[in-house]
Amino acid sequence: MRHKGVNYAKYGYIFCIPFILAFLFFSFYPIVYTTVIGFTDLKGMGRTDFTFLENPFQNFITILNNGSFRQSLKNTIIIWITNFIPQILLALLLTAWFTNNRHKIKGQGLFKVLFYMPNIITAATIAILFYSLFGYPKGPINDLFITMGIIDEPVYFLINKATARGVVSFIQFWMWYGHTMIILISGVLGINPEIFEASDIDGANNIQTFFYVTLPNLRTILLYTLITSLIGGLNMYDIPKLFLLGGPDNATLTTSVFIYNQAFSGSYMYNRAAAASMIMFVIIAILSGIIFFIMRDKDVVQLKKQKRKLKKELKNAENMVRRAVE
Amino acid sequence: MNKKKRASYYIWKIIKYITCIFLAILTILPFWIMLVNATRSTYEIQQNSISLLPSKYFMNNLQILLGKSFNPLKGFINSMIISGGATACTVYFSSLTAYALVAYDWKLRQSFFTLILAVMMIPAQVTSIGFYQFMYRIGMTNSFLPLILPAIAAPITVFFMRQYLISTLSLDIVNSARIDGAGEFHIFNRIIIPIMKPAIATQAIFAFVASWNNLFLPLILLTDKDKYTMPIMVSLLRGDIYKTEFGSVYLGLSLTVLPLFVVYFLLSKYIIAGVALGGVKE
Repeated sequence: MRHKGVNYAKYGYIFCIPFILAFLFFSFYPIVYTTVIGFTDLKGMGRTDFTFLENPFQNFITILNNGSFRQSLKNTIIIWITNFIPQILLALLLTAWFTNNRHKIKGQGLFKVLFYMPNIITAATIAILFYSLFGYPKGPINDLFITMGIIDEPVYFLINKATARGVVSFIQFWMWYGHTMIILISGVLGINPEIFEASDIDGANNIQTFFYVTLPNLRTILLYTLITSLIGGLNMYDIPKLFLLGGPDNATLTTSVFIYNQAFSGSYMYNRAAAASMIMFVIIAILSGIIFFIMRDKDVVQLKKQKRKLKKELKNAENMVRRAVE
Repeated sequence: MNKKKRASYYIWKIIKYITCIFLAILTILPFWIMLVNATRSTYEIQQNSISLLPSKYFMNNLQILLGKSFNPLKGFINSMIISGGATACTVYFSSLTAYALVAYDWKLRQSFFTLILAVMMIPAQVTSIGFYQFMYRIGMTNSFLPLILPAIAAPITVFFMRQYLISTLSLDIVNSARIDGAGEFHIFNRIIIPIMKPAIATQAIFAFVASWNNLFLPLILLTDKDKYTMPIMVSLLRGDIYKTEFGSVYLGLSLTVLPLFVVYFLLSKYIIAGVALGGVKE
């Protein structure tokens, strides 16, 4: 098999060249550059020249002691958790319902299309739309809630820290649960149908099938969803930036908005923004690493080990045969 | 016993439908309010901000809207160029990279995949300061290229494509094409791309949406008004110049949403079908 005279391995390298070049030019170099800027005095609009600081970690210390940065980090985490947990639970529930062959929901196609829809709409538009919807004292949400008898008089949702954060969280949830659901459904449909038939024959009910067959087989897809959502969540920018401009009283200021404000407004402190970026980078790297480690497919790791062992044994056997023949 | 089972079956059925219908209303309502209010005057909106029926101030709102700095057509064209280019780059080169990772046995394959997993975690925002300074130095601000070309290296798409290829690609097809004398690039373009169509369709949509909705990088890089993308145009509606023009703001938002609605409802079947096709194959 392997000794046919043509070496295909080189195509593996050739096909990866565009990716590697684009990565080096647009990702790797900017990362290195951002890191370097973090140690310098680069600030002021339109400036590109810099000198290194006497205390190289000065920017990092300043940022870590900055109240706004700490607040933004806290906000980001709160907003992510409060939208991701309901999001994944609802997505899983809908996935279980929509992939259940015994009790089909009519109009599934339409529901899927509708649930996914907010995700395709520009986040900037949605932020400003919700800002208008939550208008005070007259606004659609207030009018609606009063008509329905939920509240007696208009509430200024956007001036209260908790409700403002809650609304941002809700917008994120509302935009993303359909997306998560579609990814999960595609994952369930990718599971070998014979497994479901087998559990059916064994007499498993819907709930058992979901927890013992569907969920374990969804592990990779769940990992994918979790990681992308985490990274997206920690970089949340459009909604908090345009919804309430980070307010009230920094309650919806996320780290990305903080970084943007440092670098591209006021006194254009690229160096501090770069330091804050690097801190975020480290946090994201650690969190992703942990998730990856917890959720890695242990069977695959085991299989790989066995494969390597077998290959080694095969080689030994080949060598022995060759020696014997000689 | 059987009766009890039947009853609980119907209760569950009702719960399912109520949940789905509630969620559907939750999706539609904000957009409905937006579209209807786009045709109502500021006075009407202040009197009663929810109406199920449109009014007749559409042209009036449009005049106020376009009289200021908002130019939806320009934003649309600019966004189309950027997102179209970025999507093409993403799906083609990610498929190519994923194919290289699955079909060929090369020495650095595993390390390269680990690298992709590692860089998958790096979000554009985190590196934006260095990216901006770099682009500023080489005079690429106010150009679309820094928003299109980075899409060639899309680690998440590669990751997804690789998963798809592992589950669908049989190397027998590749080998028999080789026996027929086909070159490697030819095999990729003629055989692998069609096999990957469902994955490409889904990923293309996700890539397009991501690029279209991107606000952060364009906001940093594009300062020239003629280069503004749709999200930047939209962000102008938050400014003071439209503060009291409720009808115009709703109209401006609607104009940015309408093209997306049209495209989405044309493509939605394709999205759902594509996702389903991507999964079922054994």
